[in-house]
Amino acid sequence: MSKQENSFIGWIDERFPMTATWRAHLSEYYAPKNFNFWYYFGSLAMLVLVNQLITGIFLTMSYKPDASLAFSSVEYIMRDVNFGWLIRYMHSTGASMFFVVVYLHMFRGMMYGSYRKPRELLWLIGMAIFFVLMSLAFTGYILPWGQMSYWGAQVIVSMFGAIPFIGETLSNWILGDFMLSDAALNRFFAYHVVTLPLLIIVLVFVHIIALHEVGSNNPDGIEIKSNKDPKTGIPVDGIPFHPYYSVKDIVGVVGFLIVFCGIIFFVPEMGGYFLEHNNFIPANTLQTPDHIAPVWYFTPYYSMLRAVTVNFLGVDAKLWGVILMAGSVLIFSFLPWLDRSPVKSIRYKGPIFKFALTLFVISFFVLGWLGTKAPTPLYTLLAQIFTVIYFAFFILMPWYSKIDKTKPEPKRVTK
Amino acid sequence: MRLIKFLLFFISLAPIIVFAATDIELDKAPIDTSDNASLQRGAQSFVNYCLTCHGASYMRYNRHQDIGLSNQDISERLIHTGQKVGDMMFTAIRKNEAEESFGVVPPDLSVIARSRGADWLYTYLRSFYRDESSSSGWNNLIFDRVAMPHVLYQLQGQQVLITKSANSEKGTPEIKELKLSVPGLLSKEEYDNFVTDLVNYMVYLGEPHANYRKKLGAIVLIFLLSMLGLTYLLKREYWRDVH
Repeated sequence: MSKQENSFIGWIDERFPMTATWRAHLSEYYAPKNFNFWYYFGSLAMLVLVNQLITGIFLTMSYKPDASLAFSSVEYIMRDVNFGWLIRYMHSTGASMFFVVVYLHMFRGMMYGSYRKPRELLWLIGMAIFFVLMSLAFTGYILPWGQMSYWGAQVIVSMFGAIPFIGETLSNWILGDFMLSDAALNRFFAYHVVTLPLLIIVLVFVHIIALHEVGSNNPDGIEIKSNKDPKTGIPVDGIPFHPYYSVKDIVGVVGFLIVFCGIIFFVPEMGGYFLEHNNFIPANTLQTPDHIAPVWYFTPYYSMLRAVTVNFLGVDAKLWGVILMAGSVLIFSFLPWLDRSPVKSIRYKGPIFKFALTLFVISFFVLGWLGTKAPTPLYTLLAQIFTVIYFAFFILMPWYSKIDKTKPEPKRVTK
Repeated sequence: MRLIKFLLFFISLAPIIVFAATDIELDKAPIDTSDNASLQRGAQSFVNYCLTCHGASYMRYNRHQDIGLSNQDISERLIHTGQKVGDMMFTAIRKNEAEESFGVVPPDLSVIARSRGADWLYTYLRSFYRDESSSSGWNNLIFDRVAMPHVLYQLQGQQVLITKSANSEKGTPEIKELKLSVPGLLSKEEYDNFVTDLVNYMVYLGEPHANYRKKLGAIVLIFLLSMLGLTYLLKREYWRDVH
């Protein structure tokens, strides 16, 4: 830095750690050299976040958060705003793709044990981001004020009503009215465009700072920092993030954009999964749709909400549903302390873990599929079985991860 | 690992397979939104038959330039209410009048094809039958007790419902069929074509930019695919010294 004293950059560096920050986080941040396909999704999540922020600003310019105008203002964006349809589809597809990318990012962490020591806090910050993302998706889905916006929100808000003693007061407080109405639409708009985006930006920043403090995990689940070149102090298996991973992530970005644009331009509704058919009907407070289904990314939890059909231990079935649903999301936070395996990565874990993880993934998909369907006795039974499997994956982990036959970890990262 | 990857792939296909099955058997609407002649015929029928009671209030008249009509064509052929070409396609009927006549306000049709789907509309418009027990004198096979009367009956004619009870003991209890009792101005084939044009137009109405969207999408994807090649080569060049 002393060399640049007289230059423009030198002038800045004396007043702000620009070069130092660049080095610490990009050109001299050493990442393991064996990242595979699964390691694209962190940077892709940031890309989608930026997409949501930018398209969101443009949508806000023409959207009207008013129960009598919201639906038509969205159609106004679709028809009369120049490229409004593109901006809106980028935002709606972006919402779903945010979850696709984040789910794959989390699954990566579960496969390679990225939540294990010393990355527990990194994982917890990630979970906080996930909660904020869910809130963003929920508040955003209300804004077009279609039938599914309205009745989907009604289901979620009624969950707060199930909380004993304070439930009713709480849901009235959240809605600002005795029912879901214009007042709620306005405040959810405020959360969606101000509060939650601010929160998620701060949390993503903190997530990256925490990541760069402990260093990235890798598909072998071994610490590259424990094997440093004695002369330079650089991990032998590490390569600078920039330029190696910056150029590699560009390939991932282009690959992602091909899928993303394929959806935006050719199947923006994604067969009713990304934009539900019933949401093209304006909200009608007097007409409950036959079948209320949330958007696909919430359906696994929705299934678990509906799975409890009997009162149990003196607690109402509905409240149990709410507890299970909240628990199904929160339980991810306990992973760092549930996993007692001597190794981190699935590559060296034994057959029991592989089996358990596979079962968990299957139950996640089946619950997700069931959540899109109207309940029947068979579907409810299936939902109950897979809810048990879902929770068993977490609750039994301290035991099965301990007795599992693991393979020895290598000293150096492998290909 | 390989097992997990296989299962993931398989499971990811499951919703697609399942989604194909629906409850009601709908006829496939043989529409083609790139056929401007069909869309123009459909637009004409829409303003003549639908717009009397239903609005398409998110659509501007001059948007029909998309389907090959000039502003003059639009004001001569589509606007019967004295509106300007830049106006929205509002309905002539007043809300309270409509409610008095039908019991409900007829829904706006701007995005009806997006909520119902083309096949549903195609089947619906061909499934009206005489039912003296309903207030309008009409009923519909796929929308029981619909408030809307059969506006197109002069064209299609009048159908009646024939319910056959199936003979087998545990088969489907009854088969419902529609039979033409009074012929209309159009033959069955002509009427089907008429409805096809109308549904085609309503699909266009739901998303007027859809054809342009796909055209633009092709260019975007070609650009991205070439970028994929270039960025991959760049990555390979940079990674030459990583072993």
